[in-house]
Amino acid sequence: MKIVYTDVLVIGGGLAGLRTAVGVKQRGFDTIVLSLVPAKRSHSAAAQGGMQASLGNSAMGSGDNEDVHFEDTVKGSDWGADQRVARMFTHVAPKAIRELAGWGVPWNRVKQGEREAVINAERVVITESAAAHGLITARDFGGTKKWRTCYTSDGTGHAMLFALGDQTVANAIPVMERMEAVALIHEGGRCYGAVVRSLVSGELTAFLARATTVATGGYGRIYRVSTNAVICEGTGTAIALETGVAELGNMEAVQFHPTAIVPAGILTTEGCRGDGGILRDVDGHRFMPDYEPEKRELASRDVVSRRMTEHMRKGRGVKSPYGDHLWLDISVLGKEHVHKNLREVTDICRYFLGIDPANDWIPVRPTQHYSMGGIRTDHRGESTTLKGLFACGEAACWDMHGFNRLGGNSVAETVVAGMIVSEFIADYCADSASDINVSTGLVREFVERERAQLDALVAGRGSESATAIRQRMEEIMIDQVGIFRTGNELDRAVTELEDLLRRSRNLAVRYPNPGANPELVAAYRLPKMLKLALCAALGARQRTESRGAHFREDFPQRNDRDWLNRSITTWPAPEASLPKLDYEAIAVTDMELPPGFRGYGTRNHIDHPDSPARHAEIEKILQAVDADDRHARQRALMPFDHLLPEKYRPRNQRLETSA
Amino acid sequence: MSNETASAARTLTLRILRHNPQDPASEPRWARYELEEYEGMTLFIALNEIRERFEPSLQFDFVCRAGICGSCGMVVNGRPGLACRTLTSTLPSEITLAPLPAFKLIGDLSVDTGQWMRGMSERLETWIHEQAETDLHALEERMEPELAEQIYELDRCIECGCCIAACGTARMREDFVGAVGLNKLARFRLDPHNARTDADLYELIGDDDGVFGCMTLLGCHDVCPKELPLQTQIAFLRRKMVTVS
Repeated sequence: MKIVYTDVLVIGGGLAGLRTAVGVKQRGFDTIVLSLVPAKRSHSAAAQGGMQASLGNSAMGSGDNEDVHFEDTVKGSDWGADQRVARMFTHVAPKAIRELAGWGVPWNRVKQGEREAVINAERVVITESAAAHGLITARDFGGTKKWRTCYTSDGTGHAMLFALGDQTVANAIPVMERMEAVALIHEGGRCYGAVVRSLVSGELTAFLARATTVATGGYGRIYRVSTNAVICEGTGTAIALETGVAELGNMEAVQFHPTAIVPAGILTTEGCRGDGGILRDVDGHRFMPDYEPEKRELASRDVVSRRMTEHMRKGRGVKSPYGDHLWLDISVLGKEHVHKNLREVTDICRYFLGIDPANDWIPVRPTQHYSMGGIRTDHRGESTTLKGLFACGEAACWDMHGFNRLGGNSVAETVVAGMIVSEFIADYCADSASDINVSTGLVREFVERERAQLDALVAGRGSESATAIRQRMEEIMIDQVGIFRTGNELDRAVTELEDLLRRSRNLAVRYPNPGANPELVAAYRLPKMLKLALCAALGARQRTESRGAHFREDFPQRNDRDWLNRSITTWPAPEASLPKLDYEAIAVTDMELPPGFRGYGTRNHIDHPDSPARHAEIEKILQAVDADDRHARQRALMPFDHLLPEKYRPRNQRLETSA
Repeated sequence: MSNETASAARTLTLRILRHNPQDPASEPRWARYELEEYEGMTLFIALNEIRERFEPSLQFDFVCRAGICGSCGMVVNGRPGLACRTLTSTLPSEITLAPLPAFKLIGDLSVDTGQWMRGMSERLETWIHEQAETDLHALEERMEPELAEQIYELDRCIECGCCIAACGTARMREDFVGAVGLNKLARFRLDPHNARTDADLYELIGDDDGVFGCMTLLGCHDVCPKELPLQTQIAFLRRKMVTVS
């Protein structure tokens, strides 16, 4: 039995995983990154439009600061977010972007003087100040009060991931490619590492570590149509679930991005609409202002996706062999802008649709895009129930997105979480409590269990096809656990998914090779994916309200009275066909921003009984604090500084000193 | 669709070079598969269909399937390119697929570009050598907007390996850093955060495994899926290296 020891095992080589590895390495700890693919090929590279950070450099971002970013994030989350975590995040985001600039990310910069832009389909002139010249600029994104999304053309994730990939090499951090963690090793509520399978040789190795970090991204591929890379199968989240100990949070909170191309499902960035692009229907009519007069195309993603679906249901979609779609029109931005600032979009349209978006409208429809749910952790990134297990980025639910994530907040989260969580991991590793006191007998038990399962698959005694079951799962998820949900459909979804899970325990593999074997990989991942699908479907069925991306047609109101909570799923019995579902209350009494109207979407919610008292209390607290000192006002309402690693506590400098 | 060759359904014949180095009994061989083409079919779709219907053991790499991540470089009808964004309608009905040469073969169409790129990166130290540590709490250093755009232009490399597969020198010199490596140095050279001088670079690439190994055959430039100005960058670096030598 092969055993490898390290201080910090990082599972996942995207932005969150690499930033975590760099962080712990710089604190003097040994670390190994495991990745399904070469790290620079991770799905982080596909983030296009940008990263939110309240620098406030450009004219349209003037007056921006952490407070505004915080408010946008909490409203975007439909009050599902942990407000302390949202505060930590908005405070560290400017530091993250500045760190990346130092590592060479060529953020687009402010150019002084006049420039043309398109706002609400009209050409306007924006004047940038000389004082801001050369500082990092930002574009508009949905659900934000200010232009806050910093970018490098529309290849932001690529530029960030390559800078971090280079830093990983510079810090001599080993990245083991084509390695898949198939189980976590744990005992007595403590995680000790993972059983890892080589995708090339099939060999199993036990990696033992003081701290194990899951940074494997989302689970979008449980849906038939997703913007996610094909590797986003949620297996990192699933191995945490399969411990029976670690908790997952809000698995039913699944985001649909308004504008993926039809039929390929490839993303075109929100930057298209942020830069002034508009949505049109079968008649060429711009319909979003009819539904959302205030924010139009730039309401939050859950709202725009629902409005688009609603409009297509009224028969206003464009018919195609691949189902109805709508049009995204960025030709209004002009050729120069499209070809320079939206060049990935241009390439995607050219290669996959054979069109030039500077001239032609792009066929789009809402498509699965982001997993708000994930491994439930505290604000330090550590699992709430399994010590030594950490998670960050899309794989985690720490929980800054609640039930809907704002565009530009996910790439920002990856690096911010990596910065923060790596410090806490390092603190944990410095403590003798993290010593690896595990018997090789236990390790052998975990490795043998995985080997037995793989052997059984290769021996080929089963009778079910992984492909057929998987396709059915993907269809159920998109048809019945999608943008609009109802109790009846969710009932059917849960029942059928349970049946699929039972069948998935009897799979056959045609090609009996224990080494490189794509069919075998698909087979052993399938039950893991089905368990995640069940967590999402069951969570959606039980949540009889609508919040953020979770929309119940039979319960269209956000119900703070009964549902201001987080869904918590665990899978205590391996042979069970359903997870255990619990709820974690979100207290209104210490919120900085108690629940209210988001400012877009429908004004229609049931209040929490504590809300009026908290509003009154806030008013009273603020009367006693200097009205001009925003930091003091914030601290009086909900202090969070003490939760941050000390090195990230200093305030962020801005051009406007009053900010 | 402007670049479709025919609207009637074609039968495609895919000839794929297969070999599994993990299996001692495996010999390189050509395998043939037939598929009905349909509108919008890419090599990503075609290869997955072949794997599903005929050949569960067929190895290939796709990640983003959107032309962004660089995983799926392979030789398509003799030319290195990204398979995921290649519409079959842009190809004749007989399609030949082979793994990228110059990289270690993992199996069939899958090659190990990751380890090659890591080795190149370690040798050339392809990262910012910072003059001073960044103060995370202070205003960022200013940069001219045009310079940021210029850097991004070269930063768009996705390390797919097509330039190495198309390079004559890389076939002859195992340690040649290739257009991908030289472009990276050109990119960091532009960056004002970077403290390395041209003399430092000369130590790294002032020989035949570096900038003087290029025979100007333009293969890299022709096949680059991101249309990077590789030849211009190599020529520019060569002039600079001659100056400091």
